Amino acid sequence: MADTFVKIATVTVGSGGSSTIDFTSIPATYTDLCVKVSGRQTVSGADSMGLKLNGATTGNSSRWLSGNSSAVIVGTDASSVIVVSYAGLPGSGATANTFSNIEIYIPNYAGATAKSISSDSVGENNTTSAGLANISILAGLQTSTSAITSLTLSPYSGGNFVQYSTATLYGILKA
Amino acid sequence: MTDTLTKVVVDCSTGEQTILPLTADEIASLELSRQEAEARKAEEEAAAEALAAVKASAKAKLVAGTPLTEEEAATLVL
Repeated sequence: MADTFVKIATVTVGSGGSSTIDFTSIPATYTDLCVKVSGRQTVSGADSMGLKLNGATTGNSSRWLSGNSSAVIVGTDASSVIVVSYAGLPGSGATANTFSNIEIYIPNYAGATAKSISSDSVGENNTTSAGLANISILAGLQTSTSAITSLTLSPYSGGNFVQYSTATLYGILKA
Repeated sequence: MTDTLTKVVVDCSTGEQTILPLTADEIASLELSRQEAEARKAEEEAAAEALAAVKASAKAKLVAGTPLTEEEAATLVL
């Protein structure tokens, strides 16, 4: 039986931190893409995470439903990145050594239509403090019809991914 | 943390992973993202404060037995 969920590459951020995590030269041989991220960033509060497809800073939009132990938040965004985690990246003020758990799914990434994205994330902050462990589901859109050959992940508020943040890109084949 | 902003790049065709300094365009793009996040946060905080004020007004009027505005009534779960 052929493998249908194949690891393409993994990035682990080193001791200096990193502003972005970039996957380049993504092969067009799969049907869908999936990215799993375990991340933490340097800004003090929990931050959202942005995604760029082929480096595009226009044509991005997203909407989300998010909640924590004190509030439910719905929102939309149209900016230079696709928001794929709402306040899901723990910051420097979060419980030590806690990292996010984020999954991004991009169907039909090599096709000639606009690209849809779905994702879910949780801050995994290991705390009972109100408002400090955000869970969210999101839907995103990139209007370009070009095949996706590169992905860029970044903390939304300009911080860095800290050491041991990881991102793994998978290719999904038709069964 | 280093002073120079960097990115981790993995070439999926070779598996090679490199750490590169950000270009001026990439730094500008991150700065734009930071500004967008800041503006969004300010909007959300203002909206939350406004909603809290309307809810507080609705509660006070209910207790006092005075009519609510439509906006205040909309904050109630019926």
